Amino acid sequence: MTTTDLSSEVSRATVLLDFAGTEMTFPNGTVALRDVDLTVSRGEFVSVVGPSGCGKSTLLRIASGLEHASSGRTVVRTEHVGYVFQDATLLPWRTVAKNVELIAELKGMPTALRAEKSAKVIDLVGLSGFEDNLPRQLSGGMKMRTSVARSLLMDPELFLFDEPFGALDEITRERLNDELLRLFVEHSFAGLFITHSVSEAVYLSTKVAVMSGRPGTIVAQFDVPFPMPRDPDIRFTPEFGELTGKVSHALRKAHG
Amino acid sequence: MGLGSPLQIQSAASRGRPFKLSYFRGSGWKAILVLALLIGFWYLEASRYSHRGLGFIVPYPNQVWTIGFDNSQSFSALTHALWNSVQVIFVGLAIAIVIGVIWAIVMAQAKWAEQALFPYAVVLQCIPILALVPLIAAIAGYGFEPRVIVTTMIALFPMVANTLFGLQSVERGQRELFKLSGAGRLTMLRKLQLPAALPSIFVGLRTSAGLSVIGAIVGDQFFQRGTPGLGALIEVDNSRLLGPQLWAAILTAAALGVVIFLLFGLLGRLAVGRWHDFS
Repeated sequence: MTTTDLSSEVSRATVLLDFAGTEMTFPNGTVALRDVDLTVSRGEFVSVVGPSGCGKSTLLRIASGLEHASSGRTVVRTEHVGYVFQDATLLPWRTVAKNVELIAELKGMPTALRAEKSAKVIDLVGLSGFEDNLPRQLSGGMKMRTSVARSLLMDPELFLFDEPFGALDEITRERLNDELLRLFVEHSFAGLFITHSVSEAVYLSTKVAVMSGRPGTIVAQFDVPFPMPRDPDIRFTPEFGELTGKVSHALRKAHG
Repeated sequence: MGLGSPLQIQSAASRGRPFKLSYFRGSGWKAILVLALLIGFWYLEASRYSHRGLGFIVPYPNQVWTIGFDNSQSFSALTHALWNSVQVIFVGLAIAIVIGVIWAIVMAQAKWAEQALFPYAVVLQCIPILALVPLIAAIAGYGFEPRVIVTTMIALFPMVANTLFGLQSVERGQRELFKLSGAGRLTMLRKLQLPAALPSIFVGLRTSAGLSVIGAIVGDQFFQRGTPGLGALIEVDNSRLLGPQLWAAILTAAALGVVIFLLFGLLGRLAVGRWHDFS
């Protein structure tokens, strides 16, 4: 098993998200997370894989500030954090363009600027021509693109994803994975991606962290050596298969 | 949602099969057939009553038309009463909407506010309004105001319950998105909760509108004096044994109920039908 300590390779100044001994105990006594150590630096795309209910979403909610860890140190070193939830969480009465502008609007960005940026990010996620559509007229994949565009508009330095493509069919999911990679390469944000798919984690990431069941903790981390931008066919190489095998093995070991 | 059963009863009643104008197009002949059968049955009954010399209780449909509607004296009494009732309904309903929405917004702010205030909405719903009418007359007299009070009281609960349900129906993820974007309570209410509640508010409004017609007519039947509406006219025609006029007044009240129900259904579809399915 290859476990790598990245903190020695990446200078501390570029660490945007730092969990150190993070623990989470819910009021009912459930220990969701125990002693989590994980860093996400600029230029890194880190995936956390684990089965349902292992506390990986809790980890992301702590990073976003929606939950407060019961102990340990969690540091977010940027004001510009983007979030994509499991559901697209679009407002059904707003058009695609108005949904994409929502966060900017709530944060008080001037109307002209946010209209300009919204047109740009809608184009980036491939939704040009759908600006005036309502969410009910969109497919699941298009809803997710809208959701990504909404956060992308704010130029996030740290982008948090909570199983965003879990509900989509495999074809749509793979296409959105490729587009997410393209956005990552072009915008160089730091990404933290929660998923239960090993191949999705390996394909998207520069680093994969394996989480054990409750209480959740990081049991192994793997560097993904494949260069960016990634060729979709990399999924069919022996090296890719070997790495996903290692990650799967670590997962199985952690969960018995 | 912690609302208990009253709301469920309310929404079950109001979410029944929506009444659509399209029932009268294309396949509307079925409904027309039933109407023809009903009118035929009416003629049959009217002839039975008139043979027993009780024609004033069930007059012939054509008599209702000629004496009740197509007669300048009856017609002016009818339109006058209708106008008085319509004013009571719209003022009473408007007050019920304002109070109901504000009441629900206050309750949606905190669990303790809901616990403190929701029981009184239920109490309001449980009071037999007729029991209160004499008291309302003693306090507010017999004019326009007591009629409006009765209408508002009867129409208030569906507004409160449905608005609260709507405000609380916002998905957790959407609320968290607003929170993460630094939205305050007022922004959350204006840009998230109220728009999300609109479909429920219109469901409540449709129910309340129907009830307000009942409220206006019931109040009117008791108060009589002041600004007599359809309820008072029905009482007068009834006591004077004016069969055709009585039937004309009843049919007008029924038509008013249907028109108001359709009107608010249409308003709801215009307001939120673009993104919400009422069905």
